[in-house]
Amino acid sequence: GTVRTIDEDTWDDLEAAMIGADFGPDITESMLADLREKVDRYSTTDPRDLQRMLREDVEERLAGFDPTLKLSDRPAVVLIVGVNGVGKTTTIGKFAKFVGNYGRSVVVGAADTFRAAAVEQVATWAERAGAAVVRPQHPGQDPASVAYQTVEYAQRTGTEIVLIDTAGRLHTKGGLMDELGKVKRVVEKLAPIAEVLLVLDATTGQNGVMQAQAFIESAGVTGLVVTKLDGSAKGGFVLRVQDETGIPIKLIGQGERIQDLTGFTPHVFAQGLVG
Amino acid sequence: MATFGSLSDRLTAALANLRGKGVLTASDVDGTVREIRRALLDADVNLDVVKAFTAKVRERALGADLSKALNPAQQVVQIVNEELVGILGGQQRRLEFAKQPPTVIMLAGLQGAGKTTLAGKLAKWLENDGHTPLLVAADLQRPNAVQQLQVVGEQAGATVFAPEPGNGVGDPVRVAKDAVRFARDKQHDVVIIDTAGRLGVDAELMKQAANIRKATDPDEVLFVIDAMIGQDAVATAKAFQDGVDFTGVVLTKLDGDARGGAALSVASITGRPIVFASTGEKLEDFEPFHPDRMASRILDL
Ligand SMILES: Nc1nc2c(ncn2[C@@H]2O[C@H](COP(=O)(O)OP(=O)(O)OP(=O)(O)O)[C@@H](O)[C@H]2O)c(=O)[nH]1
Ligand SMILES: Nc1nc2c(ncn2[C@@H]2O[C@H](COP(=O)(O)OP(=O)(O)OP(=O)(O)O)[C@@H](O)[C@H]2O)c(=O)[nH]1
Ligand SMILES: [K+]
Ligand SMILES: [Mg+2]
Ligand SMILES: [Mg+2]
Repeated sequence: GTVRTIDEDTWDDLEAAMIGADFGPDITESMLADLREKVDRYSTTDPRDLQRMLREDVEERLAGFDPTLKLSDRPAVVLIVGVNGVGKTTTIGKFAKFVGNYGRSVVVGAADTFRAAAVEQVATWAERAGAAVVRPQHPGQDPASVAYQTVEYAQRTGTEIVLIDTAGRLHTKGGLMDELGKVKRVVEKLAPIAEVLLVLDATTGQNGVMQAQAFIESAGVTGLVVTKLDGSAKGGFVLRVQDETGIPIKLIGQGERIQDLTGFTPHVFAQGLVG
Repeated sequence: MATFGSLSDRLTAALANLRGKGVLTASDVDGTVREIRRALLDADVNLDVVKAFTAKVRERALGADLSKALNPAQQVVQIVNEELVGILGGQQRRLEFAKQPPTVIMLAGLQGAGKTTLAGKLAKWLENDGHTPLLVAADLQRPNAVQQLQVVGEQAGATVFAPEPGNGVGDPVRVAKDAVRFARDKQHDVVIIDTAGRLGVDAELMKQAANIRKATDPDEVLFVIDAMIGQDAVATAKAFQDGVDFTGVVLTKLDGDARGGAALSVASITGRPIVFASTGEKLEDFEPFHPDRMASRILDL
């Protein structure tokens, strides 16, 4: 048979794959330009070499940040934030189990006092994970006070990890974004915050970049969690988020079961993105 | 984003030196088409849809008589806009009601898209129109989805049919089927079935959704999709079309700044109209879908 060589179709396919994975037009264009230059420089003709170069490029970009969670404070207070429906509460359930597996005691603060049955939902997850839960005393209670009470509980009982669930909010809503700042300030009266994790849904497109910018500004995000990677969406927009903000991806969600959470491995993620 | 805020500005710049020219040449049009392509990709419109769309626009722009146009850019924008509105459905589409009540409306979509919230919104909206909707708790999977629907139902002042506790307990197909009988007995004229979120790639759960459809023979199956979704919109919409099929689309979370290119992708790939727009977390944040407003939003005009 004929040996395939790199031609315009190869480039079109590559572009389609990158756009299709939600890299966005800007990154796609600049990475393709880099690749064209490399292909020229090394006189590459085999499409498989091109594919490998792309994967290496992506992996290199992903690997430039430190994905380790900083959970050495006692208690280590973790705030989970993000837009509506991305998987914050589910991530808390999985994460409680994840750290519980290392023998750590965990309390979950049900500080989404707004959404219908959000408290019950996070309490179910806490129970599955064997974690304690601090609930609001009345519906609609100020989330900052629930967060405060949760940290207080941890200090009183010697619980090692505090996970605080927050209501989903669109990054464009100033008032709701300010509320997160208040939750942080109130908690910091008792203890420093170890991690603020921004949950991003892999099905999101270029809007994910704007979400990240806004949450980073109002909530001081320290790490990203990418969820729903068990579906057909690739989550390529996080490449741009990491590049532009320097905030590392720390956790990956891949399902609705309690064990469906892993740490972040650049080569695995790169493989998923570009094959 | 490019230096210019909106596509309209960018096109005006791209075509600035064409004022007074009778027809656009292929190279004029190619520059323009590149700007349109970029704007659509920034808005998360699917690449295949972008390609088909820009080919169409290119053809029309080349053939257009611009001799009377003061501003060729505006004329191209006009063409783009017409094509967009065409794909998005042109006219507003209303809900289909059954000749013989109850009307059954089934909601389906990815996890977290906004189905349960929409169930409450629909109930409230229908009540304001004199209907007596019944909400059906057929998501027996997601933790406390049943309670969530009960709270939403209470807020909407609607009856909730919830015979099973959920959290993994109960058969959603059976619940949905029983709900239709219950509605007939108790004279609810509309039945709104909330279902669990599911992925396009989850064959087993897709089958379950198909079975709910078979058991209840809905008048409308609404595919609920988050306006923030990216290129995956097409694969997911196709999977739901093949798996359960749907009669209409609801776009949610339009209160944010997502341009909502998914609307164009889904409408053009599935041929199904977008019926409603969801624009907030409160039950009144809900309206019929306007194709013309959506076209301007996607293009940032
Ligand atoms: N397939 C899949 N589904 C997920 C994943 N993470 C969460 N989900 C589902 O996504 C839906 C929303 O998850 P939640 O945890 O309630 O999301 P949230 O961000 O807390 O939502 P709000 O509090 O309403 O803003 C639920 O149906 C979850 O089961 C994941 O990694 N994969
Ligand atoms: N800002 C905004 N939030 C919305 C809108 N519609 C729903 N939400 C929020 O999105 C989140 C998910 O909504 P749900 O109704 O639970 O979504 P779902 O599709 O039922 O989720 P699953 O049952 O887990 O698949 C909640 O926080 C809702 O309050 C909307 O139009 N705008
Ligand atoms: K979502
Ligand atoms: Mg939540
Ligand atoms: Mg639901």
